[in-house]
Amino acid sequence: MALKIVKGSIDRMFDKNLQDLVRGIRNHKEDEAKYISTCIDEIKQELKQDNIAVKANAVCKLTYLQMLGYDVSWAAFNIVEVMSSSKFTYKRIGYLAASQCFHESTDVIMLTTNQIRKDLSSPNQYDTGVALTGLSCFVTPDLARDLANDIMTLMSHTKPYIRKKAVLIMYKVFLKYPESLRPAFPRLKEKLEDPDPGVQSAAVNVICELARRNPKNYLSLAPLFFKLMTSSTNNWVLIKIIKLFGALTPLEPRLGKKLIEPLTNLIHSTSAMSLLYECVNTVIAVLISLSSGMPNHSASIQLCVQKLRILIEDSDQNLKYLGLLAMSKILKTHPKSVQSHKDLILQCLDDKDESIRLRALDLLYGMVSKKNLMEIVKKLMLHVDKAEGTTYRDELLTKIIDICSQSNYQYITNFEWYISILVELTRLEGTRHGHLIASQMLDVAIRVKAIRAFAVAQMATLLDNAHLLTGNTQRNGICEVLYAAAWICGEFSEHLENPMQTLEAMLRPKVATLPGHIQAVYVQNSAKLFATVLKSQEGDTDSTTTQEASQLMIDRLPLFVQSANLEVQERASCILQLVKYIQKLQQKDVEVAEEVCALFAGELNPVAPKAQKKVPVPEGLDLDAWINEPPSESESEDEQPKAIFTKEEPKHSRPRHTEVDEKELARRREARKQEQANNPFYIKASPSSQKVYQDTSGVEHIPVVQIDLSVPLKVPGLPMSDQYVKLEEERRQKVRAEKKKKEKKKRKEKRSGRGRKHDSGPESEEDIAPAHMVDIVTEEMPENALPSDDDERDPSDPHKALDIDLDKPLADNEKLPVRSHRAVEAQKSPVEDGERENAASQEPKKKSSKDKKEKKKDKDRDRKKSKEEKKKKKHKHEEKEEDLLGGQMEEPVVQSEETSEVAALPTSSSAEEVATVAAAEAAPAPGAPSVTAPDSEPDEPKDTEMEPKSSKHKKKKQKKEKEDKEKKKKKHHHHHRHSDAGGEESVQNGTVEEEEPLPPMSNYCLLAENSYIKMVCDIQGNLQDGSQVVVSVIFENKCESFLKSMEFNVLDSLNSKLQRPEGSGPHDGLVVPFQLPPGVSNEARFVFTVQSIVMPQKLKGTLTFIVKNEDSSTHEKLDFKLHFTCTSYLITTPCYSDAFAKLLESGDLKSSSIRLEGVNMPFHHLLARICFHHHFSVVERIDSCASMYSRSIQGHHVCLLVKTSAQTVSIDAKCDEPTLLGNVLDEIKQTFSQC
Amino acid sequence: MIKAILIFNNHGKPRLSKFYEHYNEDTEQQIIRETFHLVSKRDENVCNFLEGGMLIGGSDYKLIYRHYATLYFVFCVDSSESELGILDLIQVFVETLDKCFENVCELDLIFHVDKVHHILAEMVMGGMVLETNMNEIITQVDAQNKMEKSEAGIAGAPARAVSAVKNMNLPEMPRNINIGDISIKVPNLPSFK
Repeated sequence: MALKIVKGSIDRMFDKNLQDLVRGIRNHKEDEAKYISTCIDEIKQELKQDNIAVKANAVCKLTYLQMLGYDVSWAAFNIVEVMSSSKFTYKRIGYLAASQCFHESTDVIMLTTNQIRKDLSSPNQYDTGVALTGLSCFVTPDLARDLANDIMTLMSHTKPYIRKKAVLIMYKVFLKYPESLRPAFPRLKEKLEDPDPGVQSAAVNVICELARRNPKNYLSLAPLFFKLMTSSTNNWVLIKIIKLFGALTPLEPRLGKKLIEPLTNLIHSTSAMSLLYECVNTVIAVLISLSSGMPNHSASIQLCVQKLRILIEDSDQNLKYLGLLAMSKILKTHPKSVQSHKDLILQCLDDKDESIRLRALDLLYGMVSKKNLMEIVKKLMLHVDKAEGTTYRDELLTKIIDICSQSNYQYITNFEWYISILVELTRLEGTRHGHLIASQMLDVAIRVKAIRAFAVAQMATLLDNAHLLTGNTQRNGICEVLYAAAWICGEFSEHLENPMQTLEAMLRPKVATLPGHIQAVYVQNSAKLFATVLKSQEGDTDSTTTQEASQLMIDRLPLFVQSANLEVQERASCILQLVKYIQKLQQKDVEVAEEVCALFAGELNPVAPKAQKKVPVPEGLDLDAWINEPPSESESEDEQPKAIFTKEEPKHSRPRHTEVDEKELARRREARKQEQANNPFYIKASPSSQKVYQDTSGVEHIPVVQIDLSVPLKVPGLPMSDQYVKLEEERRQKVRAEKKKKEKKKRKEKRSGRGRKHDSGPESEEDIAPAHMVDIVTEEMPENALPSDDDERDPSDPHKALDIDLDKPLADNEKLPVRSHRAVEAQKSPVEDGERENAASQEPKKKSSKDKKEKKKDKDRDRKKSKEEKKKKKHKHEEKEEDLLGGQMEEPVVQSEETSEVAALPTSSSAEEVATVAAAEAAPAPGAPSVTAPDSEPDEPKDTEMEPKSSKHKKKKQKKEKEDKEKKKKKHHHHHRHSDAGGEESVQNGTVEEEEPLPPMSNYCLLAENSYIKMVCDIQGNLQDGSQVVVSVIFENKCESFLKSMEFNVLDSLNSKLQRPEGSGPHDGLVVPFQLPPGVSNEARFVFTVQSIVMPQKLKGTLTFIVKNEDSSTHEKLDFKLHFTCTSYLITTPCYSDAFAKLLESGDLKSSSIRLEGVNMPFHHLLARICFHHHFSVVERIDSCASMYSRSIQGHHVCLLVKTSAQTVSIDAKCDEPTLLGNVLDEIKQTFSQC
Repeated sequence: MIKAILIFNNHGKPRLSKFYEHYNEDTEQQIIRETFHLVSKRDENVCNFLEGGMLIGGSDYKLIYRHYATLYFVFCVDSSESELGILDLIQVFVETLDKCFENVCELDLIFHVDKVHHILAEMVMGGMVLETNMNEIITQVDAQNKMEKSEAGIAGAPARAVSAVKNMNLPEMPRNINIGDISIKVPNLPSFK
């Protein structure tokens, strides 16, 4: 055996470890994939071995391969195996691998529940730590539900290290299991005032994260946070809190007023830029939320802007970036304060850092006004020319267009300038935004009627020079503008100077190389132009021009008729035939112009994108009503899909709109008008354009353009936008000069010209009159369109579920599911039904009346029934799992149905809870011993002997579960807490409240103590190995110095030996794996091998350690005597009453008995003590008589019959080993003599 | 919240990837590549913030990175994190690595990615900042390493010896990430405790 282990470890040395793998991959640069695939094969082999070290090594390598992009989900089960190793080294590897590759759909996750729970309650804080860290990465709703309570308990752990992790992970638990938020919140809130800054910071972190998504639920915490803000010195915490306030202020303006002062103080005092920046940010948020009536309002804004300016001017690019970012927030509400820093921002456009340039661009968007638009855009145009990367140039281009077109071209005073800008932009090579420019051109030309003539002229030039645009490649996005150009020239051809020339340009053979949709527009619009040419020549005696035109069409169109594009072909062939027909008529001198023009008559109106959606459902139309007769109900399922249109809503619904009467409609219409009138961004349609819509001939109703003569109408070649800037300046000066003279006149003119649209610009701009009296046509909306909010929250947002009111008191049904004992019948043999009655009557329910009991039983039975059904369902599955796990794992039974069964929440007052809290607060020691860990092995030999029945498996499981829970409980409640059978049964039945509370108990006894250190220990048998005893020793540092290099040594006896690592001598001490800072305690476990267990024995031992002060260190030692009682060889093992009876009848057992006098305690306390201190479990209890059972690590059965009458307790005992029995009884006697 | 932490070298080779949200392996690699492209084409002396790539996050997310010698440290965070705070956190991370590996260099990260993960786990947990105090982080990491050593005990010795022998043939590589010579200025690091 030992040899095998040694051999195994030598083999292992030559396995590839992670470093070897990495080295191998680096040495195989050429055939990396091949090398890795052989490595994966090796790993697969390694994973098949039993040695956990080999497995862990393999998993470690897989984690690395996962990072390189290899899927390692196939090894998920092995990862779980490694996670469940008892060694921290391997556990950590397992959890790391799991955190890297597990996710919600990893199915083995459900196997981990119990393992994680075990690790969470491990006495070693780092076991707990890795489990929490791992869990934070792969927590699923199931895990969250099952473990929420365990994690919540950890939030009050003695170690801040665990507390802060537990607090932090709660956020993930909330996300996955929102029901846990309310029950856990009070404790989370408590942690805001934790003495440890790390825990505090974690709590702030979690609450901030929660509050960010649902701020309104956290408003009540504002005072607490305010206190923290003024008291904390931790910048991380401060930043989080200040950010949180930023989210809260919009909901509560009063909070904002309070905040301004401390925040300004912080701004002035802090030296940390990060804090300063967040303060400024929050002040901005506050100012945004406040109404402008604040007295110190502008001062605060000024302060912010000033500080931001300092940031922007800093040489550190990061600060510059952030400064710009924050500036853009101010801009939204206080544009004027930012506009004064225009110089600085324009300067940032020259920065070499693209992120900064983009931020500056964003700012510019909000900074433009009528006054400076031209100037800013001019600057941007310069940058467009300079820009190297196409992405940045494209970004500039979109920004220019955004800036100009924002809020319905609000800031554009001169549309000719804008058109020239657009035309200039077309000269950009390789831009992707041709489409954007095109749509702008179309939009402006359609909506700004005054500009059409100019636009058409420009577009004609563009078409003429189309070769410049299409020169490079087909892929060139800029040719999109030709689409717009062609359409504008065609649609508004009446403004063309020389339609014939444009027609010619549009029909050039080169056009055929353009994309299909553009050709189609060309063809269509050439027909419009043709119509215009005809019309212009109408009445002219000389018909050469018209004939030339038709000839041109007939010559050029066949090219398009051959086009591969269907659209082009179809249009071309139609038009070609039409023109041929017209030509014939022309030759007969028939006047056709009127008819041809009629083909294209009518005005196109811009339609708002949302118009369709906003069409109200007409009165009387029921969209849900059947169009056809509904299918009769007798129709079979198969036939139903035929009713395509009605399938979706197979039920009749009442007509929805019938009740909306005339009045209501009128009211809505009125409301909408009101709304539009109040909305500054809704540019009202002038009455004239409304008329245009109804009466197409009313083009003349459009307010006539008064063309400013300073603007040249005819631009030779391509226009230069720059000249407009200059002209604009001159014009403005002129206007200003004239203003004094014609002030009255001007004002009148303005009022009539601009109509109602003047309210949104800043006041100072009022005096900049636009060069054109421009009417921007509103986009069409249907009559009665209802204004609606389309912004809805993403329904898949996980935070939506966390929108929970936290101020309501907790209801009973909201408690977290707690791992608890099943009802008593779980302990019963399911074979004999009659005995169930019996067991029920054993329940220690002193105070409950008989009928109450009856009721209870019924309930229990009901519950049991449903549970058993569930269990049966699960049964098969679980069986498999157990086999798979080979007993290493405890079965992952989800017990959510027990939620309501046992209430054990922090707020509840059950005894259990009190004990938990008491233990958590009082116990300075880390968790209680969990040495009985392996006793839940499914393959208990005794079990199989005793219960060779068909339901064996299930019973075992139940038993196991119970043990598991017992253990759990012990751990949970630390050693102060009584637990096990006596009390346990009462807990099982949910009647614990009726019992008197049990006094706290501990199995830890003092081992040795001096002025430096105190050792307490607990000894437990190890069922897994019949010869092992585990001693858990808690070392507590009592002095002011640091204790280190502790060595624990025991003088072995013949019978008992301390297990030492391989290779060390029989007298070597064991190094305690930790150091103790002052006041800290920690627990270590030592394993002893024992030959005979029938006699108690004592071992002498020594602890040596170094006491380290700041200036000196001394070697100290402490002697102790380790007392192995016979009790410590016993292990709590539950037993069914039928099996117990059989055992007693078998006659193999020797009996013995004792009497205890003067025992003055309730019977259930007595039982509890025996159970707790001597590791017994109650088999049956009838009134003041109980049978108890336990087993030794070597399989001796110990049975007790305990009776009490008037302070006298008699214990009759039976055991197959009389010496052991005698000693155990002596020890029991001693226990009770002590109290 | 931190969505992901990536470390890769100047050639885009991943040295550590920690995603706090699940992506499949292919997407992860794509994200690493994309992030590398975004980050690597930036000059030194530009700001350390970057609006996130297409794959990871959206408008709410930012890439915050630092470049040390041969390595890029990239954090992808949402708007609840303070940008400068994260920059400091990266600095703390690197300094912690420097302490734990004694003059950290890329090789340390290459061969001991597991250790880097363990150190990171003490700083960031499930996407939330756990600890920013370097001493505290180092204490916890050391305590865990000590525990690991004590578990390996004597049995681990031969394995360590073998790996020491193997390590002797490591190719000569420039040691030093050279923290002292960081070109990026850290604003007010001492104010962060």
